[in-house]
Amino acid sequence: MDWARVAAGLERGQRFVMGFLSPDFASRWTDIRQGLIESLTMTLTSTVVGVLISVPIGIGAARNLAPRAVYYLCRGIIAVSRALQEIIIAIFLVAMFGFGPFAGFLTLSFATIGFIAKLLADDIEEIEEAQAEAIRATGASWGQLVNYAIQPQVMPRLIGLSLYRLDINFRESAVIGIVGAGGIGATLNTAIDRYEYDSAGAILLIIIGIVMVAEYGSSYLRKFLQ
Amino acid sequence: MTEITHYSQVWAHRTPRKRLFMWLGWLALVALFVWCWQVMTENTIWAFVADAPRQAADIGGRMMPPRLSYLPELMVPLWDTINIATLGTLGGVIMAVPVAFMAARNTTPSQHILRPIALFIIVASRSINSLIWALLLVAIIGPGILAGIVAIALRSIGFVGKLLYEAIEETDARQIEAVQATGASPAQVVSYGIVPQVMPAFWGISVFRWDINIRESTILGLVGAGGIGLKLQASLNVLAWPQVTMILILILGTVVLSEWVSARVRHAII
Repeated sequence: MDWARVAAGLERGQRFVMGFLSPDFASRWTDIRQGLIESLTMTLTSTVVGVLISVPIGIGAARNLAPRAVYYLCRGIIAVSRALQEIIIAIFLVAMFGFGPFAGFLTLSFATIGFIAKLLADDIEEIEEAQAEAIRATGASWGQLVNYAIQPQVMPRLIGLSLYRLDINFRESAVIGIVGAGGIGATLNTAIDRYEYDSAGAILLIIIGIVMVAEYGSSYLRKFLQ
Repeated sequence: MTEITHYSQVWAHRTPRKRLFMWLGWLALVALFVWCWQVMTENTIWAFVADAPRQAADIGGRMMPPRLSYLPELMVPLWDTINIATLGTLGGVIMAVPVAFMAARNTTPSQHILRPIALFIIVASRSINSLIWALLLVAIIGPGILAGIVAIALRSIGFVGKLLYEAIEETDARQIEAVQATGASPAQVVSYGIVPQVMPAFWGISVFRWDINIRESTILGLVGAGGIGLKLQASLNVLAWPQVTMILILILGTVVLSEWVSARVRHAII
């Protein structure tokens, strides 16, 4: 522990608090706007793509629907996606796909798969078996079973989870920019590196504001849909 | 007697109006997606994307085999990482308890002043990732373990505070009333009526957060806040891919172990 360093930093901390209290939205506005647009578009596209991919994986990872081999394969995909940190995936994807929001989009999609597919699979395993039995008794094929017995039961929850993930993805998009995957995180990192604490404070306030709006909006939307 | 052979109305799950709205909703979502995709990929260099599988094979080839001789060097940073997570959780929980009591509707001292402040603290802490906290704190108190501990603690306040205040609001009002009926002071009501009810939830939340914090503290080093992430950053910077593999394996092992421990502990409590 270097207490002299801490003491020296306190003055800087005070400047940061001052910057936070008097945020400067104007002077870096073009950069902030660019970062925000990247973050928001990245969030939406990655959530949509992630959910689309995780639906088949989630169905495959439900023990009451899938054969054993498919079940283990899908659970394996989910485990890999959940075990790795977003940041670590982002580092590799940036190395592969180059800097910019495309790598961020892929990272968030990958992380979404593990989250949505796992919860969807758990949900499918807990459906009311009586309804599935009734549909099966009419001689329905596997596709019809999924469409008429499973889908109506899990759809409200799937929509709720997707909205929740949208919220998480926005928060994560603010972070993966630090390793070069585009978005508001890159702008924030630059602002802190240049000791422009007033701009950094402005960015943090914008992030907090959007997250609050997203949280209230998604809980309202979920109530409306149910 | 004539049999009805023609139904003027076919039964449907939803009215046509509702179906139209749903259809428009999905159309709007698709349109929004396409538009966002266009905006996002404006500056993407597709040559890099096409090149990605070759790059992946190249990196993958360099990563194998992991450098086992690097393992002893990683033990001290790993210990640091676990310390960051544990002390950070401890600090976060200590700060979260008063915030939770202020935020819960049934225990807050003032509905209109303190409760909104407590809720704002919770939201602010939750919406800023620990990596961003670490980024700020490294600038303020310098690189090292302390910045990591404080970052983890600040981030934990929101999580623990939110779950704990929900648990406090869900306590059984009858028990509290019974304690009040004995003429207990507000402090006694809290310690005899509320605390025993939220204690299991409290321990469960704390252990759960510790598990998450182990995960998060492994990467805090990327911005200079100590722990094993520091080694990861160093190895990435010199493109020492076999060392990176070794670190990733170690991180994965630690995460799995901590998840197992936390699952066992929570199972024992609940």
